[in-house]
Amino acid sequence: MGSALASDGLYLGASVKTAVKILVVGHFAVGKTTFVGTLSEIRPLRTEERMTRAGELVDDLAGVEDKTTTTVAMDFGRLTLTEQLVLYLFGAPGQQRFTQLWHDLSLGALGALVLVDTNRLEMSFEVVNLLEQRGLPYAVAVNQFDGAPSYPLEEIREALDLLPTTPLLLCDARDHDSSVRALIALVDHLISLERDPA
Amino acid sequence: MRPPERPLVRLHVVTGGRAHPSRNVFDLVTLVAVARPATTGLTPEQRRVMELCRGGALSVAEIAGHLRLPVTITKVLLSDLVDSGHLVVRSPAPSQRPSAGLLQEVLDGLRARL
Repeated sequence: MGSALASDGLYLGASVKTAVKILVVGHFAVGKTTFVGTLSEIRPLRTEERMTRAGELVDDLAGVEDKTTTTVAMDFGRLTLTEQLVLYLFGAPGQQRFTQLWHDLSLGALGALVLVDTNRLEMSFEVVNLLEQRGLPYAVAVNQFDGAPSYPLEEIREALDLLPTTPLLLCDARDHDSSVRALIALVDHLISLERDPA
Repeated sequence: MRPPERPLVRLHVVTGGRAHPSRNVFDLVTLVAVARPATTGLTPEQRRVMELCRGGALSVAEIAGHLRLPVTITKVLLSDLVDSGHLVVRSPAPSQRPSAGLLQEVLDGLRARL
């Protein structure tokens, strides 16, 4: 959409006062970076954090040997939603051991969109468990890969052991409208949780 | 603009050996903007931040991404620049629970994109 809001430039509009974030989570190669890239008004950016092998952020920067650290990359993008409001999408790795990274990411996040691949459904258990533990509300979008087996959504719901109220939908991370609809399903869900807390 | 290349200096030199910011107000999506454009007396890394931010407001994550610095280091640099009056925080850190009004605003904004 050729919105007047969406700045093609690097910088935020002068009237933007509020920033919110939604996490886009899932295992390696599930389509997080594609999803963020499809929706972002800026060229997606990447940040890298050095972590210890145990998953803690490196907080003593002097004398850290590379053998004990690993680098975690996050891709993120930006959507200006109104003249005052901007939404950031963070593609986050689904590994449990990155405790501090998850803490920083989920603090203040509205919720998470979990991308799953029907070829590798079992790889999504860890990230779903992680969200449950952190109490971060989420919706699940089945990213449609060419040639991936298609199952009825109810079977996927059962396989992932999702609550009946957790939104589950099909999505094509390469398609703008399809990706927007996945976020709409998530935010709709967040609003219903707000009205009727479980 | 073209993002500056990763600096060759070790990161703990950039922050004067500190791993934590002097104030703990920075989230990944905290927005900062320039308050005082003068760069006299600033370190090269602080200057890079100021140069980037001169064009308008950005989030902490974007500043880290453009400067190719880890977020933790970026927060230390930003914190010092806010303390010295060069930068100002434009948006408050997000609250733990978003209000219903804010969620509705997000929903309306997304729907308008279809």
